[in-house]
Amino acid sequence: MEKVTLYSLLDPEDQEKLWVSLCCPGWSTVARSQLTATSASQSSSNPPTSASRVAGTGICHHTQLIFLCLVETEFHYVVQLINHALKELMEIEEMSENVLQVHLNGLLQINDKIALKEITRQLNLENVVGDKVFGSFAENLSFLLEALKKGDRTSSCPVIFILDEFDLFAHHKNQTLLYNLFDISQSAQTPIAVIGLTCRLYVKIFKEQLSLPAEFPEKLFAEKWNENAQCLSEERSVQEVLQKHFNISKNLRSLHMLLMLSLNRVTASHPFMTAVDLMEASQLCSMDSKANIVHGLSVLEICLIIAMKHLNDLYEEEPFNFQMVYNEFQKFVQRKAHSVYNFEKPVVMKAFEHLQQLELIKPVEKTSGNSQREYQLMKLLLDNTQIMNALQKYPNCPTDVRQWATSSLSWL
Amino acid sequence: MTHLENVVLCRESQVSTLQALFGERHHFSFPSIFIYGHTASGKTYVTQTLLKTLELPHVFVNCVECFTLRLLLEQILNKLNHLSSSEDGYSTEITCETFNDFVHLFKQVTKAENLKDQTVYIVLDKAECLRDMEANLLPGFLRLQELADRNVTVIFLSEIVWEKFRPNTGCFEPFVLYFPDYSIGNLQKILSHDHPPEYSADFYAAYINILLGVFYTVCRDLKELRHLAVLNFPKYCEPVVKGEASERDTRKLWRNIEPHLKKAMQTVYLREISSSQWEKLQKDDTDLGQLKGLSAHTHVELPYYSKFILIAAYLASYNPARTDKRFFLKHHGKIKKTNFLKKHEKTSNHLLGPKPFPLDRLLAILYSIVDSRVAPTANIFSQITSLVTLQLLTLVGHDDQLDGPKYKCTVSLDFIRAISRTVNFDIIKYLYDFL
Repeated sequence: MEKVTLYSLLDPEDQEKLWVSLCCPGWSTVARSQLTATSASQSSSNPPTSASRVAGTGICHHTQLIFLCLVETEFHYVVQLINHALKELMEIEEMSENVLQVHLNGLLQINDKIALKEITRQLNLENVVGDKVFGSFAENLSFLLEALKKGDRTSSCPVIFILDEFDLFAHHKNQTLLYNLFDISQSAQTPIAVIGLTCRLYVKIFKEQLSLPAEFPEKLFAEKWNENAQCLSEERSVQEVLQKHFNISKNLRSLHMLLMLSLNRVTASHPFMTAVDLMEASQLCSMDSKANIVHGLSVLEICLIIAMKHLNDLYEEEPFNFQMVYNEFQKFVQRKAHSVYNFEKPVVMKAFEHLQQLELIKPVEKTSGNSQREYQLMKLLLDNTQIMNALQKYPNCPTDVRQWATSSLSWL
Repeated sequence: MTHLENVVLCRESQVSTLQALFGERHHFSFPSIFIYGHTASGKTYVTQTLLKTLELPHVFVNCVECFTLRLLLEQILNKLNHLSSSEDGYSTEITCETFNDFVHLFKQVTKAENLKDQTVYIVLDKAECLRDMEANLLPGFLRLQELADRNVTVIFLSEIVWEKFRPNTGCFEPFVLYFPDYSIGNLQKILSHDHPPEYSADFYAAYINILLGVFYTVCRDLKELRHLAVLNFPKYCEPVVKGEASERDTRKLWRNIEPHLKKAMQTVYLREISSSQWEKLQKDDTDLGQLKGLSAHTHVELPYYSKFILIAAYLASYNPARTDKRFFLKHHGKIKKTNFLKKHEKTSNHLLGPKPFPLDRLLAILYSIVDSRVAPTANIFSQITSLVTLQLLTLVGHDDQLDGPKYKCTVSLDFIRAISRTVNFDIIKYLYDFL
């Protein structure tokens, strides 16, 4: 039984490695430890060169026991990598005639039954299976792989199983699919290889992302664009924005989002990106969405939020109910307010329920039919700094409301 | 795009952002877009109008209607099928049980001639319902473009912010777009847009001004404001119709409409009475002071002893047990004031809610507050059960509790004061919180 390991999918100069492991009986613990280990993967910027390495090491009929688990941070470059590698593999004639592929995804095949149906479908064995009823999962899977044997029963087609969102497969009941796959690969009945892909947590070069690829149809525009990108990357304000962004998140995808937002402003009348676009996009990225929601509340609802803030300050974040909030609100209205009318209790209740609908306040425990709405304990899902910041930006805020928000003990 | 500007008001920048995202028909767009904003801020309206005007192939599904996975997936597939085979009269209904089958069927359906080479848009309204369905649904839809390997974009519309959607295990982040709330100027512009043709635009604008002056501090929901505007306009026009005032006589018109609007806030705004009832009242011109809504207590008529049982229950719920001696015994002797009057604002029982009490305590208080002798007949006990059925009392604890049932009184202070007034009982004197 030969063991072949696939590793170093990147140029050795990069000195980064993607995780590799061999299959073993205690695979689940091994896999889990791999998944929780912080991956030090830095994906290369040239998938084609690394793919050729994979193709080079190849899978031959005699190899057994191959399990490759690739863990990376969020961008799904690895999926592209694998697809590229497989494409090159299939160009070898011997491979495309013999090797079969099965692509599974943890998001789609959420339990083993569906996974088995999908494997049957992808191996085009629906007719062979027909109406057979199998005793167990293992039986079914081995039947499928038996069916792939060639006429002379000496050897059967090797199959590559690619499991995307691998961690979701690990959550299946008894992990039947994975156990069986590894069992078969260990017992050497059929040559199979299993590649698992999962993502968790990466660096980027601005210029390279923004440059147009060589195959872009409009040559002239492409040149002007690349020149513009070059100038932009040298501008001071742009560098500051990128530095700030990098300090917040090294994730490639968030950079992609930032560039997407600024690219949105490119139109026929505004053909090249400017530093202003990038700065406005950066502002959009760092927007606090809850503050936006608070911006659109009515004055009565803002008063209720301030009343809740005072209750939180006074009683140290203990849960409150509507009656307490209404009491605070009334104290404010009766003592000082000229701009806020003393609304009736049902009107204030409606505003309170609107806040609940927006999920700015939440009941502490599930409602039982018996309790009245006014006395149900709630907690506020905004903190003091968020409230004060939102109040600064609130349009046409009456001055006494604003003063009430900043002072607290003087109202008691 | 002037047609679009006329139809969609005050949303120019959002429309241009969406148009930039959609791009050309055959371009691949961002796999998922998340649009959030307050209710009635135009998310559904703008998205639908834009997709219809640009004639892009799209499917619109409201997730509140689809309480199971199957309903949601089948609706999307059937609507897509309908789009692609518009020439044939009849197309078979597709059945789909899992997300896996959905992706396969989706690939098949989008192979149709008039859907090829174009971006297909799936719009999921009220997307917050997706969080409560299967765990793989939301991440799956976020990456549908990649999973199905087709040119598709999924648009999520919701009131709730994106941070509350994000699954714990991470997912593909969508493009988040915020629809800001309308400013008061925008609201005025939009509301004045649907003025009836008989009256001038200025007249209607003045009316909207008054309406916003009364309701803006309470509610900024465009739908509610439009509803109120439509309901109250006939009353506003009444002096003009009767000839008592001209269109420009703003003070007279204001004096006429202002009490009316205040009343509307207490009734129609709260949906205490229906809009048809409101319109009837306006036509009949009855005295609005008589108007009572659904929650008003006058429509509840209770027998004599039931009223006292309810009052006794309220006293038992909101007075601590140690104070019963002082309130209900004829000769309670000396009670130390300091011990008794331990008042701390927070523990005012009216803020915390009613407390449960055993049946014996209820009967004890009842006997002491009713003037005449009350025999403990089955009549009294059945009245207690009826009060529980009316949800004026609730039974606390298990049904078959052996050491006696416990109850809680669930009526409000206003209600109980009205009831005690009808039997000439001064309940405030007996309440601990009002000492």
